[in-house]
Amino acid sequence: MTLTAYLIIGAILFGISLAGIVLNRKNLIVLLMCIELMLLAVNTNFVAFSHFLGDNAGEVFVFFILTVAAAEAAIGLAILMVLYRKRHTINVDDLNTLKG
Amino acid sequence: MYNWLTDCVFYVAAALLVVSSLLVITSRNPVRSVLFLVLCFFCSSILWMLLEAEFLALVLIFVYVGAVMTLFLFVVMMLHIDLEKLKTNFVRYLPIGALIVLGMIGLMGYIIAPEHFSLLAPAHHGADYSNIKELGTALYTHYVYPFELAAVILIVAIISAISLAHRGPRGRKSQDVPSQLNIQRNDRVRLVDVPAEKKE
Repeated sequence: MTLTAYLIIGAILFGISLAGIVLNRKNLIVLLMCIELMLLAVNTNFVAFSHFLGDNAGEVFVFFILTVAAAEAAIGLAILMVLYRKRHTINVDDLNTLKG
Repeated sequence: MYNWLTDCVFYVAAALLVVSSLLVITSRNPVRSVLFLVLCFFCSSILWMLLEAEFLALVLIFVYVGAVMTLFLFVVMMLHIDLEKLKTNFVRYLPIGALIVLGMIGLMGYIIAPEHFSLLAPAHHGADYSNIKELGTALYTHYVYPFELAAVILIVAIISAISLAHRGPRGRKSQDVPSQLNIQRNDRVRLVDVPAEKKE
């Protein structure tokens, strides 16, 4: 397989997750999942470049992205839990407390 | 023979990846989306295996499917979500979504066309090559400080997640030691002046 095949897979995945953010704008959990999907697309690109250029740095970068993404998912879901306990909703449209 | 087999694996995994990621964003039930996201991670770990990033492929399954997706599943199951309210006007936003996807993929497809990125696969490593050894050597020599910063990030994530989601003992008969120690005499004992009655 050439590098382009992997890059196209990454591009398709990124586009689909961006469309998911547009389509499921109300459900906060699905938004978080779409962000995970986006990170997966980016990681696929990193791994592909790292393999085809024969450089280890890409894989190390993916390692750190995985760490940060795991931390982000944990904190995001904790915030989601607190939000649901306070407001009993995860609808993005209902989160307008700061609105004047 | 060998190339034919790997191409087959690549196309099957890639098709499954695209289909399951479409199902992630279109399924109504969040539990189903989480499960399709797990399928996405499995497929892309197959792709990473083809790219000879064995350690990262396994980490993707262990950490993502084993920990992060389980966390998502727990949270989805803990919340009583009113799905009817969360239904967006799917048909209304579908043209915009399709437009974004097509525009994005078209633009990227133009940029990453084969005439720009037509690198052929490098030679396969021998059986004595260890991806984990290479990655570990890079991680513990050149990238030691980022590695330790990653540990700090994980600690911050643990502490913040616990302190956000923890809500203390509630409705439990537990001791409150400071208030027991700080008790004053007047809080516990009340002296009532009862006038003595005369004997008749």
